[in-house]
Amino acid sequence: MPESLTAPATTVGAPDLTAAEVEWIDRALIDESVRTPVMFFFTTAQTWLLAATVIGFICSIKLHWPTFLGDWSFLTYGRLWPAFTNIFVYGWALPAGIGTSIWITARLTRVVLRAPWIPIISGIFWNIGVTVGVIAVLAGNMQPYQLLEFPRQASVLLFIAYALIGVWGVIMFHNRRPGHIYISLWYLVGAFFWFPWLYASANLMVGSPHLHGVVNNAVAAWYAQGLLGYFFASVGLGTIYYLIPKVIGKPIHSYNLALLGFWSFEIFWGLTGMVRFTGGPFPVWYSSLSIAALILLLIPVGTVGVNILMTMRDDTHMVYHSPAIRFTMYGTVAWLVGMVITILGSVREMAPYTEFTNFQIGSFQLLVYAFFTMVMFGAMYYIVPRLVGCEWLSASFIRLHFWGAGYGIGFMILLLIISGLVQGSCWNAPADFKHPTEVLDEIMPYLIGRSLAWIPLIIAHFLFFIHFIAMLLRLGQPSGEPTLFAPIPEGEHKP
Amino acid sequence: MKPPPRIFSGILAVFALSFVVLAVVPALQLGGLQPFVDEDAGDIYPIDVSGVQAQGRAVYVSQGCVACHTEQVRGASDGADLDRGWGVRRTVARDYIYERPVLLGYMRLGPDLANIGSRKDPDDPDKYTPAWHYLHLYNPHLTSPGSIMPSYKFLFEDRKIAGQPDPDALDLPGDLAPAPGHQIVPTTEARDLVAYLTSLDHSHPLKEAGPNIQPPKTTGTGGAAK
Repeated sequence: MPESLTAPATTVGAPDLTAAEVEWIDRALIDESVRTPVMFFFTTAQTWLLAATVIGFICSIKLHWPTFLGDWSFLTYGRLWPAFTNIFVYGWALPAGIGTSIWITARLTRVVLRAPWIPIISGIFWNIGVTVGVIAVLAGNMQPYQLLEFPRQASVLLFIAYALIGVWGVIMFHNRRPGHIYISLWYLVGAFFWFPWLYASANLMVGSPHLHGVVNNAVAAWYAQGLLGYFFASVGLGTIYYLIPKVIGKPIHSYNLALLGFWSFEIFWGLTGMVRFTGGPFPVWYSSLSIAALILLLIPVGTVGVNILMTMRDDTHMVYHSPAIRFTMYGTVAWLVGMVITILGSVREMAPYTEFTNFQIGSFQLLVYAFFTMVMFGAMYYIVPRLVGCEWLSASFIRLHFWGAGYGIGFMILLLIISGLVQGSCWNAPADFKHPTEVLDEIMPYLIGRSLAWIPLIIAHFLFFIHFIAMLLRLGQPSGEPTLFAPIPEGEHKP
Repeated sequence: MKPPPRIFSGILAVFALSFVVLAVVPALQLGGLQPFVDEDAGDIYPIDVSGVQAQGRAVYVSQGCVACHTEQVRGASDGADLDRGWGVRRTVARDYIYERPVLLGYMRLGPDLANIGSRKDPDDPDKYTPAWHYLHLYNPHLTSPGSIMPSYKFLFEDRKIAGQPDPDALDLPGDLAPAPGHQIVPTTEARDLVAYLTSLDHSHPLKEAGPNIQPPKTTGTGGAAK
């Protein structure tokens, strides 16, 4: 296989072609080679996103209307909620990230993919795994650990699928054309390595007969936290570092800052798992260590933030023109805000008020939706036209998608964060809120508001799905000029 | 073959550090915990349970109760769990050595259940009894108006009374009552689940958890719902 992958893409470089033309053909060949696997991952991801949207909305309704669809065990809240989070994470977010990683890796290593069946087989395994896992959860066959609910049969399939992708990614990296390794590749190669490793060790350990008592919970927390950093943050930031300079046509502000941001993030984030159990049945130093590591994360938050914002400083008007930039910048800001909120919510003084409340769901959605998912939307707006050979049908569709997703998730996260603090404060005031239902009464308006916040999200997701299907059917605008919100003034760099 | 670049060793080292600190160290430190044994008093805690309580734990897992209920009590410096009457001491790693799987949970839309089996309401002695739990599971509004807990009607069945009524048959008011000659009885799953819930008790003193407190008088009802 290495031979087939190392074949240079420039064999077509006939002498009468200019360098720019060779470059263009080169890119076209690389894009052509990854088209089927990337579009396969994107299409399945979109489909799961719709499923997650419907199930998430039902979950939200059930919290203020508990008898809604309440007569069947497979639709009980305790099963629908893990089904929703797992579909969102393993059905939508990871495959969207995998598709984006494949494309960016191929572009950055400048290797023509000669074995597209490897990632396609992987995609098939992955989706069978998610289907099996979701059916098992709805049938009640699950583990009680967050994001590890899928039973063994499903997790084995997911592992095989990602291991194939990981091996493929590392081979691509190994056969890259010589030269500088761009920062995005650091993040993506990291994710190719880390996720299968993390997933395999967590699944082999948690629930095995050799692991006793709360060690299971410690490893499960290590996994759930690791997934956020080693996959979502890595792929998301890697994509941001690729898309922004590409669209605005300028290099990143500082390469050294980027490297500092990369290593400090990955090292410190890996130690933060135990913030999920402050005050829990563990030795106190576990959570103290994790809180300290989390505070040190202000270093990468600062460096990555400064670096991206400085890169964008003269081109902020691009958020009015380019869909890719608008979604990506939303994601960048959400990452910075999400990290700061996660850090603030985890310090020892705050933990009693944020732990086991909606605050946790809010900060999770900040990182997995407002950051990662928005960046993936931006990446799809950039990548898909290059793969299918036509441009997005309608700028209004994209605009509506942005407003629906951006405002919907922003409103929902705000409600979750505030209601979490209310919920935590009430639980901690037993004299004033004696009965659990009195605590619920306090957060009820927020729970109803959260269902309302789902409405723009539902519209956005269905609209994007239709728009995406139109692209699959090649119903877009003719190739050439990208679909922008507004034309870019003369003399500016065009994406 | 190009030599593997620095990035691979770095990636390896980052992951290994995280794995060792957050997975291997807990496994070594907490994986071998033994129960507390006082041979003179013939006192062993915790005890490995099996039978209906273990099956009830499986029902708890399968119904996804962890989505709203925790089973861990934080100490006085980490919140008001003790003031709320959720326990007489914080829970520690030793409490869970025989639990499989461990149901620490991650969300409190409902109360903590670590000590639901030993919880008492001085104003209402019927509260937290098996009969109360059956009614609460069948229709949470009968015992806790305003609760958002889902009904677990599907864990009960409508059966014709043959001879003596079942002692666990639900005592349902008004229009919820079954047809004459019929009774609503818990299925095996519901019986196991209630056996599990009423067995939940982490109040046995343990040295590492500090001294037990007296349950606060004002919040004796602080556990479950109204």
